[in-house]
Amino acid sequence: MQTIYFDNNATTRVADEVFEAMQPYFCDLYGNPSSMHTFGGQVGIQVRQAREQVAALLGCHPSEIIFTSCGTEADSTAILGTLAAVPHRRKVITTRVEHPAVLTVCRDLENRGYHVIELGVDKQGRLDLGELESQLDDDTAIVTIMAANNETGTIFPIEKIAEMVTERGITFHTDAVQIVGKIPLNLSETPIHLLSLSGHKLHAAKGVGVLYVRKGTRIAPFLLGGHQEGGRRAGTENVPGIVGLGKACELAARYMDDENTRVKALRDKLESAILASCPDSRINGDPENRLPNTTNISFEYIEGEAILLMLDRFGICASSGSACTSGSLEPSHVLRAMGVPFTAAHGSIRYSLSRYNTEDEVDFTIEKMPQIIERLRELSPFVGQVSV
Amino acid sequence: MWEYTDKVREHFFNPRNVGEIENADGVGEVGSLACGDALKLTFKLDKDGRIADAKFKTFGCASAIATSSVLTELIKGKTLDEAMNVTNKDIADYLGGLPEQKMHCSVMGREALEAAIANYQGGEVKKHELEGHVVCTCFGVTDVEIERVVRENDLTTVEQVTNYCKAGGGCGGCHGEIEKIIERIQGEKASRRVPPVPQKGRKLTNIQKMQLIQQTINEQIRPALRAHGGNIELIDIEGDKVTVAFRGMCAQCHLAEFTMKDVVETKLREFVSEDIIVEEDKDSVEEGHVHKG
Repeated sequence: MQTIYFDNNATTRVADEVFEAMQPYFCDLYGNPSSMHTFGGQVGIQVRQAREQVAALLGCHPSEIIFTSCGTEADSTAILGTLAAVPHRRKVITTRVEHPAVLTVCRDLENRGYHVIELGVDKQGRLDLGELESQLDDDTAIVTIMAANNETGTIFPIEKIAEMVTERGITFHTDAVQIVGKIPLNLSETPIHLLSLSGHKLHAAKGVGVLYVRKGTRIAPFLLGGHQEGGRRAGTENVPGIVGLGKACELAARYMDDENTRVKALRDKLESAILASCPDSRINGDPENRLPNTTNISFEYIEGEAILLMLDRFGICASSGSACTSGSLEPSHVLRAMGVPFTAAHGSIRYSLSRYNTEDEVDFTIEKMPQIIERLRELSPFVGQVSV
Repeated sequence: MWEYTDKVREHFFNPRNVGEIENADGVGEVGSLACGDALKLTFKLDKDGRIADAKFKTFGCASAIATSSVLTELIKGKTLDEAMNVTNKDIADYLGGLPEQKMHCSVMGREALEAAIANYQGGEVKKHELEGHVVCTCFGVTDVEIERVVRENDLTTVEQVTNYCKAGGGCGGCHGEIEKIIERIQGEKASRRVPPVPQKGRKLTNIQKMQLIQQTINEQIRPALRAHGGNIELIDIEGDKVTVAFRGMCAQCHLAEFTMKDVVETKLREFVSEDIIVEEDKDSVEEGHVHKG
């Protein structure tokens, strides 16, 4: 059976070119880039080149790139490293719709006595910038707000937010793992201090991420024990992962147009066909400002995990914000923050595409969706009972 | 990805007895859209008082649908007394087991059956009746229901209870009470969660007292407030006087003076010291700050 992979916000396929670039660094060029000998030193040159490739995609200086083991490590480093650097400030501002890599850290900080503000969002998942502005004060150590939401694809105006926050002398961090490679970014033109990205979300391997640290930003290291990354992140470099990430960033720049034209057209086709063929379905998120590859659709009266299993039988991979898929008992915190009613939150499905998807795959899914939804609604006691 | 048995998958993809019996002898409804799963069971008796036909409609995940399907298969041909003996374990066993976190689906099946039989016997009652007092307010689970899943499935931890009947799966404010129920039934076998509930009663240094107050707020008070859109911040501790500020929904609540302060004081007295006095710091409440749902 063929696999139709529409779960690219979870992880992506490693690009062939990336895999090829990584291969020599396992069995042949396995030296430690910190070594004095040529054998290790030549590997160091490749790490440097990867740093330049990442910097080129982000529009920053290579010295501003710190390689980490993942996006989560980059997020933790950004938040905890900033707080350690400005110990007299005790307030942290974030949003209710952040990825757990940020939200869980902030809630833990709250338990440790920090004053944490979680900004709410409206029904389409948008922030109220006025509310953000009213919260900024001299006690605020860091504002951490994601660039785009992983579940709905809603994009936040981070350039505007960065200006608002940094003007007040406050550090601004953005978790940009979903946006890098999908929306062009130029860090030389915005005052963002800290930015996290994750390799495996843009066709590099799992186990490598980046924290961008703008020159002059005060941040304490998170991992201690070595001089790597200019003393800002100890630990022997994940050389194959880093080399692959460099290549992936080069490819991302090349395919940026494709993501915003062809991939976006596929997403739009999938979305509008499903909305047309499945009654009582609706989009979650801000249709105006949204990642070009993501659509999150709620199907009333039925439950997401059941939909996913039906899709799975056709080889179609997607994900859901329903409670049952996560093993928790409550549906997605993002959809709940948006005020999506429970009736719709439990039946939400996210399709996230990539440049590897084809029109045939989209057509096949469009053909299968109505029968899946209809089948589950036949089983549901709520169909025709509940008014929404 | 859940590891479902072939039998679960089979009953999910090809559920038996889907639908609603018209003029049914018994109708049972449990769960709700908000809870994430719901089941409506209808049955008809033959002239010998045996269940001649049973049908279901279920909103929920694959295991909820599969357990409903099995339930209807299991009760067909049984008398009502025989059907009453079907336990959630029978349903799960028939399916070759369910993932731990999905056991509540099998319990929902058993509850729907009880509700349908009660409906037949008592006439009006179609909804699952709440017996006992509600322990878990997030999911509306009573002590009677918790006791039953603990007994029937030999449960020893709060986590298991959550898996079997959802109790304790929301704000977590009822974990202490669930623990007490488990201890009452299981005695020695009950395993306490880690870390244990803060213990009072010993002589505390100032630093220990401050830490215990912070810990009590973190573990016993904040989760419950958070579940209702509120929050609490510890502002200061001077001797036995604890100053806190309420945030979010709690800050706007007009009853704050009578409810929140008392709740916090009661908890701190329970876990830290009888002498604790709680005061609310109104000055630190941010103005014009409105949390959105």
